[in-house]
Amino acid sequence: MNLPKDLRYSKEHEWVKDEDGKVRIGITEFAQDELGDIVFVELPEVGDELELDEPFGSVESVKTVSELYAPVSGKVVEVNEELEDSPELVNESPYEGAWMVVVELDDSSQLEELMDADAYQKMTEEEE
Amino acid sequence: MSELKQTPLYPVYKEYGGKTIDFGGWALPVQFAGIKEEHHTTREKAGLFDVSHMGEIAVKGENSEDFLQKMVTNNVSKIKNGQAQYTFMCNEQGGVIDDFLIYKLDENDYLLVVNAANTEKDFNWLKQHQINGVEVDNVSHEYAQLALQGPKAEQILQKLTETNLKEIKFFRFDDSVEFHGIDGKTIVSRTGYTGEDGFEIYLPTTSVIDLWKAILEAGQEEGIQPVGLGARDTLRFEAGLALYGQDLSEEISPIEAGLGFAVKTDKETDFIGKEALTEQKNKGASRKLVGFEMLDKGIPRHGYDVLKNEETIGHVTSGTQSPTLGKNLGTALIPSEFAHEGEEIDIQVRKKTLKAKIIPTPFYKRK
Repeated sequence: MNLPKDLRYSKEHEWVKDEDGKVRIGITEFAQDELGDIVFVELPEVGDELELDEPFGSVESVKTVSELYAPVSGKVVEVNEELEDSPELVNESPYEGAWMVVVELDDSSQLEELMDADAYQKMTEEEE
Repeated sequence: MSELKQTPLYPVYKEYGGKTIDFGGWALPVQFAGIKEEHHTTREKAGLFDVSHMGEIAVKGENSEDFLQKMVTNNVSKIKNGQAQYTFMCNEQGGVIDDFLIYKLDENDYLLVVNAANTEKDFNWLKQHQINGVEVDNVSHEYAQLALQGPKAEQILQKLTETNLKEIKFFRFDDSVEFHGIDGKTIVSRTGYTGEDGFEIYLPTTSVIDLWKAILEAGQEEGIQPVGLGARDTLRFEAGLALYGQDLSEEISPIEAGLGFAVKTDKETDFIGKEALTEQKNKGASRKLVGFEMLDKGIPRHGYDVLKNEETIGHVTSGTQSPTLGKNLGTALIPSEFAHEGEEIDIQVRKKTLKAKIIPTPFYKRK
């Protein structure tokens, strides 16, 4: 499984990339593989507030809807509009093309609460 | 997953990339290569499905025709040996206990192919009403079942048998088809649950792995793929084929579901539910199942509320993004007064109320 070492991971299968006080968020390869063909992505708007562990959007595959749970708290400053017309990017490029939002962190120490690649991998192995 | 039931094909799913889920107590593959890809392959080429979980109930004996006439809504006396018929078994209120195919194997010898999750319920219901001169047996464990569906289905299957498959017409079957290198005789019917041409094959559980492999190999040049439950659902949905537990249930009648063609209220036998269904047919049902297309962005799903003027008027029975049409489509059970083509309704998609419009069904018809 592809798990970039420079990312942090949440128990709800999101990845978080540290970009100097802001973070970029998406879902992991494991998550997209579990969901199957993604056909719809619903995201918040620029200016919305994310609250840790609260739903901030959803990803729909052919079969099911999955909520996206905020891995951090903060204000949305960028949204990947491309996912509206090309939800399949989540399957094709979960770590690059299919980033979902960029959030300005309320508190940068939140990142320490997230898992590193090894810990996340261990968690997914236990889930399977 | 140890407590889940498995079909005889369970050991080979992994080999083909199958991802299994719990489907009504069965460990079945939801997908192999991917739902959308499998869907398109079935529409354009051919797909092979393991449907061995389906239940089979044998009804035999000198009074079996009279018995079935009383139990089901369609007219069983109209089918000849070698013919299959789609029918409902209803309760007194006209609600559907199950929808299934009846195969007439011979005089006084019928095979009912029922929804897996309903097998026990159907069997008990039949036993409860059993009359003299009829035997009812649950023979599900004796049969495995494959479905080969798609425009290339006949071409592929013909490579494996001397039986001229062209002679098996729609809703007909041959119960002595032999396949090269496969032990025993099989039942092959030209039926299916995808809206495409194709076959369903009933065979002994011990032979099904061999036939599965042989069909996939024979269909390689045509581009065959194994198909899971995910695409089976999107295929049947587009083709307007009802799914028990969503579009049909003990609380939904076949008349409401728009399937009155299989309810023969003019047959002489007083079948169970006849009175209620006759009244619905004559007066018109108060609710109807309609198809709709989302106008706003969002995907309708089973169980979502349907609203009109901010009031809940019904619910979505099935919904998905149609892989063939690329549209977000659904079916809903709503009061008949709103059930006209072009009528706008609202669908409650989680926190959002989204616009939709009623359109004709089936959404897809093969050319």
